[in-house]
Amino acid sequence: MPRLLRNLIIAVVVLAVLYGLDLVFQARLISPYYIRILMLSGISITLAVSLNLINGFTGQFSIGHAGFMAVGAYSSAYFSVNYGVSLANSLGGGTLGWVVALTLATVIGAIVAGVAGLVVGIPSLRLKGDYLAIVTLGFGQIIVVFLNNIQAVGGARGYSGIPIVQRFFWIFLVAVLTIVIVYNMVNSAFGRALISIREDELAAEAMGVNTTRYKVMAFVISSAMAGAGGVLLAHFDGYLNPKSFEFIKSFEILIMIILGGLGSIVGSVLGAVLLTVLPEGLRSFAEYRMVIYSLLLIILMITRPQGLLGSTNVFKGWKKKYRRLTESAGGSAVTPGTTEVRSTDER
Amino acid sequence: MSTFLQQLINGVSLGAIYSLIALGYTMVYGVLKLINFAHGDVYMVGAFMGFYLANGIGARGAQMIGMNPEGFVARGLLGGGTMEPSLITALVVMLLAMAICAALGVIIERFAYRPVRKYSRLTALITAIGVSLLLENGGQVLFGAEPKFFPELFTKRNIDLVGGASINSADIIVLIIALALMVALQLIVFRTKTGRAMRAVSFNLQSAKLMGINTDRIIAFTFALGSALAAAAGVLVAIRIPRIDPLMGILVGLKAFVAAVLGGIGNIPGAMLGGLLIGITETMVVGYLSPTYKDAVAFAILILILLFRPSGLLGTVAQEKV
Repeated sequence: MPRLLRNLIIAVVVLAVLYGLDLVFQARLISPYYIRILMLSGISITLAVSLNLINGFTGQFSIGHAGFMAVGAYSSAYFSVNYGVSLANSLGGGTLGWVVALTLATVIGAIVAGVAGLVVGIPSLRLKGDYLAIVTLGFGQIIVVFLNNIQAVGGARGYSGIPIVQRFFWIFLVAVLTIVIVYNMVNSAFGRALISIREDELAAEAMGVNTTRYKVMAFVISSAMAGAGGVLLAHFDGYLNPKSFEFIKSFEILIMIILGGLGSIVGSVLGAVLLTVLPEGLRSFAEYRMVIYSLLLIILMITRPQGLLGSTNVFKGWKKKYRRLTESAGGSAVTPGTTEVRSTDER
Repeated sequence: MSTFLQQLINGVSLGAIYSLIALGYTMVYGVLKLINFAHGDVYMVGAFMGFYLANGIGARGAQMIGMNPEGFVARGLLGGGTMEPSLITALVVMLLAMAICAALGVIIERFAYRPVRKYSRLTALITAIGVSLLLENGGQVLFGAEPKFFPELFTKRNIDLVGGASINSADIIVLIIALALMVALQLIVFRTKTGRAMRAVSFNLQSAKLMGINTDRIIAFTFALGSALAAAAGVLVAIRIPRIDPLMGILVGLKAFVAAVLGGIGNIPGAMLGGLLIGITETMVVGYLSPTYKDAVAFAILILILLFRPSGLLGTVAQEKV
């Protein structure tokens, strides 16, 4: 019970902090430009952390994340334009109406992207390594071609007229939720199954892990979260263009998690923020900025291939240290006697 | 019928170009198990090198190296008759572009891929993406982002065929050159000592090393060969469709890669077959369905082939050892 209480308190505090920050930002005390970058970072965090679930923790190399993001973005945008606006207006058109409409849009975007993930995942997750990468890449490209040709969502001209209702609070709520979900997932039996697949798929299968099922589940969840990230983007600028979901976007998200370190949530967050801020910071170099960016990427790979936070999961590191401390304090746990003492202590 | 024939001709011509690029992907994958994402951009660099060389060489270039343009340029090999554009110039331009890109390929391998070879394959893949981005953006800075128009290297002429279709002389040249290059590649890979070493490395790098093969040199050679073919494809594409820009390699590169997978990645005849199939299917879709879906075709084929025959048309299934 106290654990539940603790989690509730944390949740309330986080919500309060987010809402407080939101109010501060609404008051326009800080330049809208910085707030914009901050919000874009939030969207990047959602995308990076969700991709890390499949690439970093499950070890399945997907490079079509932008495709699922596009599915989420377009489906939710279609909903918002055709139903969301009237729904929000019928509920009074105020904050309440928009919260309901936006929640529905987010859920729809996530579900549709998740279904797309299921459709792509079931056949392609039988493939390994490079082949899976190629299929996801191909899927991402096909999505873009179709979006370019569906006139109901604007086709190649782009989809405009999406209600711009995104706020700092909403974006970071989704980002925090993504982090919490992924964190809890990888620290559960489910997550251990995923990690076992990453470490050695054959051995995992031998230990009774239904690898295909776990891989597909991870893939669907990851896609749904990417869809949610897409929803955030759709209602952020109010305009979507198929061009912005081409495979270069998938690479961008991939580079975020590689930079931060595969299999590290903190790393993903760091990578997402860095790679959103860095191109802005390099803006003064104008035309050279992408050249510098790509050079930095190559140099990073040569000098620190495991990414900034590498294989060291910050959370895991803390936990280990904590466990070591408690263990040395309680004496060695090897002898049965001390174990008994410890168990009585815990009671 | 005439539509079919016309699209078939266009498809074979386009497919030959895809094949040339696909060969580079497949050879590099063969020796390093690396998807060299930068390969499509090497093709772009090849086209631009051709552009600068063509503007520099021409008949003017012939005079510059002290030769009489009359003697240097074979007059009107294919209908032309004018002095500057000729097949010989086209060939010289292409060969020089190939040499430059071969050097570029070796440099990329030496300074980007070799240092990461000891790490995981994922690291190498990300490095390849980095090199690709570098070439694209470096190209935009060096060559300018706006499209350039390739000069006409020889006079093009349409030749009418039976059945109402026509074939452009450029297409014939493209086909002949592509075919010649592929034959040359076959000879190098299957008839020379270096080629045998390449096959040994792609079979098993460690064992090849133990047999005394200088694997680093062979890998560098593979990159040189693949990049040279990509450059040839770049010049040939520019001859067919003269519009070139620094981002032209992205989509073509991806499609060529699909062609390599379709034929069975790591398999040289497979890459040629895959390229032709992709080229023909694409032009058929343009001719009979809608041009807007042409970019989706290659990827749809890719997904189907991977689902039903992941090793590709000509590939062999490798047994996984535990």
